[in-house]
Amino acid sequence: MIPAAFDYLAPSTVEEALRALAEHGDEAKLMAGGQSLLPVLRMRLNAPELVIDLGRIDSLRGVRDDGDAVVVGAMTQHSVVGSDPLVAQHAALVSKAIEHLADAQVRHRGTFGGALAHADPAGDLGAPVLALGAELVVAGPGGTRTVPAQEFFVDLFETAIGDDEVLVEVRIPKHTGWGARYEKFVRVAHQWPIVAVAAAVRTEGGTIAEARIGLTNMGSTPLRAHAVEAALVGRPATEDGVREAAALAAEGANPPSDLNGDADYRRHLATVLTRRAVLAAAQG
Amino acid sequence: MTAIQERPAAEIGQERRRKEDQRLITGRTRWTDNLTLPGMLHLAMVRSPFAHARIVSIDVSEARTAPNVVDVLTGADLGESQGVNINAWPITPDQVAPVHLPMPSDRVAFAGEVVAVVVARSAAEARDAAELVDVDYEELPAALDLKEAAAATDQEGVLAHPDLGTNRSAFWKFDSAEAGTGGDVDEAIQQARADGIVIEREYRQQRLIPAFMEPRSVVVDPTGEQLTMWSATQVPHILRFALAATTGVPESKIRVIAPDVGGGFGGKLQTTPEEWITWAVARRIGKPVKYTETRSESLVSGHHGRDQWQKLTLAAEKDGTVTGLKVELLADMGAYVSLVGGGVPVLGAFMFNAIYKFPSYQFNCQTVLTNKTWTDAYRGAGRPEATFAIERLMDELAAEVGVDPLAIREKNWIRHEEFPFTTVAGLEYDSGNYEAATARAKELFGYDELRAEQQARRASGDRVQLGIGVSTFTEMCGLAPSRVLGQLDYGAGGWEHASVRMLATGKVEVVTGASAHGQGHETAFSQIVADRLGVAFEDVEVLHGDTQISHKGLDTYGSRSLVVGGEALVRAADKVIERARPIAAHMLEASVDDLEFSGGRFAVRGTDQGVAIGEVATAVFAAHDLPDGVEPSIDSEATYDPVNFNFPHGTHLCAMEVDTETGELKMRKYVCVDDIGTIINPLIVAGQVHGGLVQGIAQALWEEAVHDESGTLVSGSFVDYLLPTAADTISFEIDHTTSPATTNSLGTKGVGEAGTIASTPAVVNAVVDAVRHLGVHDIQMPCTPERVWRAVNGAGSGGSTEGAAMPHFGDQEAAGNQEQPGTASTEGAGA
Repeated sequence: MIPAAFDYLAPSTVEEALRALAEHGDEAKLMAGGQSLLPVLRMRLNAPELVIDLGRIDSLRGVRDDGDAVVVGAMTQHSVVGSDPLVAQHAALVSKAIEHLADAQVRHRGTFGGALAHADPAGDLGAPVLALGAELVVAGPGGTRTVPAQEFFVDLFETAIGDDEVLVEVRIPKHTGWGARYEKFVRVAHQWPIVAVAAAVRTEGGTIAEARIGLTNMGSTPLRAHAVEAALVGRPATEDGVREAAALAAEGANPPSDLNGDADYRRHLATVLTRRAVLAAAQG
Repeated sequence: MTAIQERPAAEIGQERRRKEDQRLITGRTRWTDNLTLPGMLHLAMVRSPFAHARIVSIDVSEARTAPNVVDVLTGADLGESQGVNINAWPITPDQVAPVHLPMPSDRVAFAGEVVAVVVARSAAEARDAAELVDVDYEELPAALDLKEAAAATDQEGVLAHPDLGTNRSAFWKFDSAEAGTGGDVDEAIQQARADGIVIEREYRQQRLIPAFMEPRSVVVDPTGEQLTMWSATQVPHILRFALAATTGVPESKIRVIAPDVGGGFGGKLQTTPEEWITWAVARRIGKPVKYTETRSESLVSGHHGRDQWQKLTLAAEKDGTVTGLKVELLADMGAYVSLVGGGVPVLGAFMFNAIYKFPSYQFNCQTVLTNKTWTDAYRGAGRPEATFAIERLMDELAAEVGVDPLAIREKNWIRHEEFPFTTVAGLEYDSGNYEAATARAKELFGYDELRAEQQARRASGDRVQLGIGVSTFTEMCGLAPSRVLGQLDYGAGGWEHASVRMLATGKVEVVTGASAHGQGHETAFSQIVADRLGVAFEDVEVLHGDTQISHKGLDTYGSRSLVVGGEALVRAADKVIERARPIAAHMLEASVDDLEFSGGRFAVRGTDQGVAIGEVATAVFAAHDLPDGVEPSIDSEATYDPVNFNFPHGTHLCAMEVDTETGELKMRKYVCVDDIGTIINPLIVAGQVHGGLVQGIAQALWEEAVHDESGTLVSGSFVDYLLPTAADTISFEIDHTTSPATTNSLGTKGVGEAGTIASTPAVVNAVVDAVRHLGVHDIQMPCTPERVWRAVNGAGSGGSTEGAAMPHFGDQEAAGNQEQPGTASTEGAGA
């Protein structure tokens, strides 16, 4: 497991990183924690000439309160985001997803932005970020721009980040007081989910007032279950009340078939997990 | 020569922490890959991405000119100097087996086979250059499916080795009527069809990967008078013999060292192409050479295990009394018949009847060649397959008769007063008490309460159903009586050797031929010797794994180290005492007949005069005043050939919750009560049982080596080959009953494989038991949630799972990776 030789650059500012990207173009790869990139290099599935390690850019690290949003720096480790009180209070769905993300070692090395930029549809952060309507801030040669989550995930391992751009932070609108649940279905604990459902629910007196549902590994990108969300509004937060809406969870999804499950099994799981996630979120 | 300090209480039975653990766990020790020799070169292997292909040409010119590359060699370059990888157990005289060259030059027979080797000054440079070797393959059709391969002929179907004309390697049969150990099984089945019960099932033993912790590594130093090989192996002695036998180097010129070895589970009970290639390269270049495999290489090229189809017919009377058992196996050898590969299913031949009094029995096994990684021993080797089959069948019989699974077992098992008992397979079980182990297990488990809860859940139609799985296993271990191995056409004996060296300072060196790779020999053997010789535990040093120190031995596998190697050690220690006795008598000016030896001290009966054995050792070292004609040494050795196998047994109970809506499984409770005779160290035993259980549970629930339609290993990394971690297991409750073995001095039985052998059927029985009332009578291993869900919801559904491994790292296409994930196909659940 020895990667091919590569040059290594560890800039201390975003500007430096952008300059290096501009200079090296396709031949450079950004490293943001390395939990996916390093296996790729070690298995020689890719051999970039230059690895630009974002790990020393302090400005990309940390969680801050910004009015109606919680802002997570792209290079903040999962373990930091997962234990952050601001995130727990205003974006509990993210905290809950991180509890189940990979294993302790990966949570301490891997970063929030790195995982999102990698855009594995089986990754645990896409669905909650999408469900909560987050915005992703991307820096490029001409300054920064903001990409809504629903436009960020383009395809398998493909995002709206340009070749000359760097993801710098993720702005998550506050969902204070919402119940949240991340239902993740795995065979062994450290696995990517076969299917997972991220649900945030606001209830008013036992009735669902608003719901936001994201699906993990039900297609080539994280998916938002709009049909379920709409059908849930005004329903009682009970098993029977939720069942019909949850049954819509797999609508329009195009899940993969692989060693851990066929597409039809995933569709079934999506409906069951959606029902369970919504109920748990509504009651929690 | 007077007062001697009191020795602590008996060592045997003490929960000693393992003396080897600190260095093993911290890694500050002699793992093979930690070794660096002066001028050492490094190897990287070039492996075939195709399961079956003709090698048209290999262009090494670009690789040869890469930085710091010393040489690039192919099979043609090495020629006969590379030797051959042997099959030590041709199970029949007419066994068909392809020649297994370490590095073939004309044709590859599985994906992962080595076709060229790069020699460079660093491992990284070797790896870089390996990417530059250009191999032109002409892909051939590959024999992949076991059943299809078994049915293929030279006229129809695909042959793994076309020149052999068949994929059928050997057919091995045992018949109790022919052997005179029982009746005619076909008659019993016919009778049962008329007025009894016939249970017919076909079970799949999926292909598994041993997945030891330390990848295999080998260093060869050709610069001394002896050629030295360090290897992460379980079998340094067998390795040395095989090198001598196949590479033309005299055995006396070969030294093999298995330094600290990080696990094996049977996966390092092998002589490998990589060892032979490293050996050949070092001899050719004349410099020390190292090769350490990557995990990806390990998964694809270290031998795999299990991989059988089991067709089973059990005959019984209407009340559930068993009358016959017929077994028809297909066993996948993979591309080559490896060291003991063909013998693995044969080791199961004597165990399908298990603890039950079958009056008739027949075992048929067809071994089959395919274009997949070759298979060989994996923890339990043959016995897990047998135990799974019979313990699943006994549950099916109980369901058919309509009684509790434990009741049907008790009706048929050997009662404790019937030992020693000769089985229908011809083995003599020396001791056991199935009643006692079962009673204790039921008590610990809360069997009746859990059965009541199960009934309540069934009655209420609970979404989560509860199943209780039973496995009352036995196994044969302590390999093995040499005479029996000879009758089975195995190429070696089954004895073990030990020696005890009494040092001048009173310390003791013990040399064993059993080669530890994580089991804790150093601790357990120290405890045995401490007790036997009456010396301090800390004063005993256990040496092993180096053929220059431990010149004689047959290594570690088949739960043999304690029951065979330990007995050799006891006998060597006893000889030390006997050699010391006349010297002690001389020192004490007493008659030999007046001495008694106890607590490490020779005492003159009826007096307070005595001398410690360490003092005798010192006196022998000086040799100033020994009796006339007595040799100045009390060192001793013993070679022990067991008279019988060794038969641990136990009762395992598993409670499993099954979510009928998703197929999710959640283990609720696992209790096992194992009878392993006398226990030397309960802590080591608990470790063996826990690890064994997890490995057996993993076969039931998680692990499977899956190949796609072109023969690529899809589960080729730990992303897709699901090894459990502590997060996936529960806290097990283990206990023991004790029926000492009668065939060794200490009454010990093997424990290294027991947990793995017993747990797999307990778990699957629990899963099936949870949903049996829904019309399910089998779920294929691994019992994935999807298979469980399909069995519950799609009665009769075959539920085949098809698809590729999912990419998680992206960029797979970017670097011209040859091993593209393809389409996988595994068999599904049958309801």
